Amino acid sequence: MKNNKSEETKDLQALMDKVPDHLFIKCPVCEENFYNKKLGEYKLCPNCGYGFRLGAQERINMTVDEFTPIDSEVSAPKRFLSDEKYAGKLEKSKKATDLNESVQTGFAKIGDTEFALGVMDSRFIMGSLGTATGEKLARLFEQATEKNLPVVVFSCSGGARMQEGIHSLMQMAKVSQAVSDHAEKGLLYISVLTDPTTGGVTASYAMEGDINISEPHTLIGFAGRRVIEKTIQQRPPKDFQRAETLLKNGFLDAIVKRDEMKSVLAKLLAWN
Amino acid sequence: MGKAYDRVLAARSADKISIQDLVAGITDDFMELHGDRAYSDDPAVYAGIGTIAGQPVTITSIQKGNDTDENIERHFGSAEPSGYRKALRLMKQAEKFNRPIINLINTPGAYPGMDAEYKGQGYMIAQSIMQGLKLKVPYISVIIGEGGSGGALALAVGDTVWALEDSIYSVLSPEGYATILWKDSSKAAEAAEQMQLTPKELLDNEIIDKIIPEVKDAKSMQNFKEALIEKINELNKLPKEELLAQRHERYRKFN
Repeated sequence: MKNNKSEETKDLQALMDKVPDHLFIKCPVCEENFYNKKLGEYKLCPNCGYGFRLGAQERINMTVDEFTPIDSEVSAPKRFLSDEKYAGKLEKSKKATDLNESVQTGFAKIGDTEFALGVMDSRFIMGSLGTATGEKLARLFEQATEKNLPVVVFSCSGGARMQEGIHSLMQMAKVSQAVSDHAEKGLLYISVLTDPTTGGVTASYAMEGDINISEPHTLIGFAGRRVIEKTIQQRPPKDFQRAETLLKNGFLDAIVKRDEMKSVLAKLLAWN
Repeated sequence: MGKAYDRVLAARSADKISIQDLVAGITDDFMELHGDRAYSDDPAVYAGIGTIAGQPVTITSIQKGNDTDENIERHFGSAEPSGYRKALRLMKQAEKFNRPIINLINTPGAYPGMDAEYKGQGYMIAQSIMQGLKLKVPYISVIIGEGGSGGALALAVGDTVWALEDSIYSVLSPEGYATILWKDSSKAAEAAEQMQLTPKELLDNEIIDKIIPEVKDAKSMQNFKEALIEKINELNKLPKEELLAQRHERYRKFN
């Protein structure tokens, strides 16, 4: 019996080797397997509607009509690069994303409506909040304040960037201050929390919008699940830290499906 | 064992002066005020109104316990959303009555619990930071022992941030840092060396503005009190616009 089983496994493995990788995709939320072509242009799970993670450029392409980047050259300050491991990580992330930091910022248009847009990229060291990430976002809000424009930020981040230590923490204050200056001028800020938005980003600009929205099943939280499990010696339920739970508890204005995001943003921008 | 880690241990020491003793030592009189006006009163946040040399001030703090029972009740000095809501409520009240704010911080970080997440830990820290930065009254923060991450920053976005000699301020605990970067929490001492979390390093990096000699007797208490009085007087003299402009510059320069 035992032998038979290992034979079976072997056969299965041989079969699997013949199927090209990524032909079938497993949804990380509902765990359904499906043919990759069913993902569609918005990369949605055909079963539960979860939006698969996107790179910043991909997100920009599907959400706005025009985009002009600013501060593309801004990247981690030189003083951090003596840490070779970190410098290597930065290089790898730059190559993988074609970005110099974990956020892309610039000015965008949907139809004739102009606004400032920031889009984080989770492939860049888990979208962590580095000094340059904070600098780009602060400048984005400052320029929007000057030009009387609304701001939309798509967050996705593992939180503070450990490698930059306390300097990363200070970005939470720096960006929050720029958000606040923008708000004082009576300008609109829409925060879109995308999968995953956690730690110091949740505890700063992602939760400072006039309107905070998210996508189905997005992971949103402050403390990490493992830290919580260790603290309370309990396993939180499956819907813990998911957008639907935050909506129910009063921390989100709406959950918007990705294929409707552009029209919803257009509407909110027009009304404010 | 490295020097930085000695500082970590000293910051966490049970012999460290308690926040309540510190408040009693610097104020002529103090009254604790409770409640977040939403649903709860977090004992990790100790706050109220008092006078320092006759000047009314609002003090909000995050405190550890003096014994195991208190520590359990206060989650070892880790505030819940309710605690940040209480602190923000009282800081806004201070602004209304034009009272300076003094925040005393001894927390390993915001409480990582399920209920804290359900009740908006991230949101409340974000709001404390964003609204705190704009309070139109002198706002002084002092790291008393541990200044852990966003949970500490929530009460440390004022005009000046000080630290006691035996304190640390960091993006997360050295144990957490070692776990994330090296998958080994036992390398905490090594992490502490790298993290630039000691008062001297924080001062060099302009994260803090002043190191206060450890408060452990009447003389050092008096020294701390005098430093506070001097700073309050200095900040009180500034026109509001100037106060806010200087604070703005303090946080804008972190690039």
